[in-house]
Amino acid sequence: MSSVAASGLAAVAERHRRRSIFAISALAVGFVAIFLLSVGWGAVPIPPGQVVAILAEPLGLDLPWAFDTRESTVLLAIRLPRAVLAVLTGAALAVSGAALQGLFRNPMADPALIGVSNGAALAAVGVIVLGVGTGVFGLYALPAAAFVGGLVATVIVYRIASRGGRTEIATMLLAGIAINAMAAAGIGMLIFISDDRQLRELNFWLLGGLGGVTWEKLLPAVPFVLLAVVVIPLLARRLNALLLGETEALHLGFHVENTKRLIVTLAALATGGTVALTGVIGFVGLVVPHLVRLLIGPDHRILLPASILLGAGLMLLADLFARTIVLPAELPVGILTSCVGGPFFIWLLVRYRAIGGW
Amino acid sequence: MLQASGIRVTLGGTQVLSDVSVAVGPGEVVAVLGPNGAGKSTLLAVLSGAQRAFSGRVDFAGRPLGDWPPHALARQRAVMAQHSQLGFPFRVLEVVLLGRSPHAGESSRAEDLTAAEAALAEAEADHLVDRVYTTLSGGEKQRVHLARVLAQIGYPPPVGTDCRSALLLDEPTSSLDPAHQHTTLATARRAAARGVGVVAVLHDLNLAAMYADRIVMLNAGHLAAEGPPSDVLTEDTVAAVFGLPVHVTRHPTRNCPHIVAL
Repeated sequence: MSSVAASGLAAVAERHRRRSIFAISALAVGFVAIFLLSVGWGAVPIPPGQVVAILAEPLGLDLPWAFDTRESTVLLAIRLPRAVLAVLTGAALAVSGAALQGLFRNPMADPALIGVSNGAALAAVGVIVLGVGTGVFGLYALPAAAFVGGLVATVIVYRIASRGGRTEIATMLLAGIAINAMAAAGIGMLIFISDDRQLRELNFWLLGGLGGVTWEKLLPAVPFVLLAVVVIPLLARRLNALLLGETEALHLGFHVENTKRLIVTLAALATGGTVALTGVIGFVGLVVPHLVRLLIGPDHRILLPASILLGAGLMLLADLFARTIVLPAELPVGILTSCVGGPFFIWLLVRYRAIGGW
Repeated sequence: MLQASGIRVTLGGTQVLSDVSVAVGPGEVVAVLGPNGAGKSTLLAVLSGAQRAFSGRVDFAGRPLGDWPPHALARQRAVMAQHSQLGFPFRVLEVVLLGRSPHAGESSRAEDLTAAEAALAEAEADHLVDRVYTTLSGGEKQRVHLARVLAQIGYPPPVGTDCRSALLLDEPTSSLDPAHQHTTLATARRAAARGVGVVAVLHDLNLAAMYADRIVMLNAGHLAAEGPPSDVLTEDTVAAVFGLPVHVTRHPTRNCPHIVAL
């Protein structure tokens, strides 16, 4: 233990810490910038200063940027619920993707790829078509059903892919294909028996979009998603230990079975809560944690909050594209994420095969 | 320190361990030997608490293993597995710091770094500290995990103090070159000299002869022999347990048996 080695190790640790702080700060600044840009962009443009002033007004703050009631109404009634939905969706999908990847100990786990999202979608479509959802009960029935659907799918995939504390990527993806096929069959059946009005409503699930959201629709799902987004980062140390293997995590003093149950439940909450509102939006949970790992490594204490910020920011950006690129129509954002995420997934598969990751 | 008595384990209808008793005290290195399938890893799993389905009794520091709160146990007992599944690109320092997880809230970051540094030096892995774990060779990975489990039990302890912990090693030398096989077991010996009780599953009879105080020889789930290397590593016992005809001489410089296959 020479003093040279001591300063070397301390320097390495300090460099890791600085890089993490820088990355989180940069992502936070980027997120705020994209948020202001996104809610200000549209048929009625609202400059960032006015956005801040409108948001600050209910807090009793009088900021120097003057705005009119039209701007204020557009922002609060139309843009803001949509932006909040985008933020929640991106954050929830990214953080549940990262958590599932830790649980499965492989980087290919994505809520949509392994069938969690489609399990949730099947249950949500069931609620719409079979008509359980009316009134206040209906507003909560949708996210609750989606949560249960997502939970069932996650448990099935995990049971199939994980044996004796090990999971195989190929088995996990194949199990996901099977779940997705069964969910698609179920959704197809429900579409077949649905009426015209329901059919229009269903279309939106199948493509995945953020359009048409109101505070009334949004609020019931918020507790589901928010709970998961807040609690999952608290499990960072356990997820780090799980990456060593279940037995190793046990030997490090963690309650492995509790942790696994907690992660599965929270990931299903996050995914189910957003699927109830947006339908299936693929690849966010795959791409975002990957980008973060490339930037700052796999330590969940940084990975999880960074994934939340990047997921939220990228979803805002994707939605901004989706609602402006084909004006006056708008593209379902799920199509956009799949256009980007699909090739990314293929690149990952090729790269993993190249380094013998199977 | 760690005592198991009358251990029976049945896995899938087969009795993997029948009535095995072992004990390791502070300052002792116990080697577990035996042919493939003799139950060595299962015995280690029982001692570590990973294998819960067994009959018999395991005590750690005078208290049944199952009564220990997981975190408290993890601060005083570390286990190094044969293979690690870690497939994510952590830096080596981060992997070693994972060993400090059970100390979260009780140990400052500076203390964790000091422990990690001392453990990395002991495991001769200090030059790897900023490397990406997934790019290391098998032997380098094994040394990083040795550093991780040493950091977990806070070994080496501050000068002048002892480290009354247990270290369980499952084939710690399986991926190592000859020089590092010896340095790893010499590390285990040094740890024992500071109070650590070490149990190591080994395949190399001569490494066991050189570094162990006692040898536990398993055969088909039974305790075939137990005692100091000179008593256990006899031509008759090795031939009977391994089905391998051997000649036992003395090591030229150390006072221990040396086994030569015939």
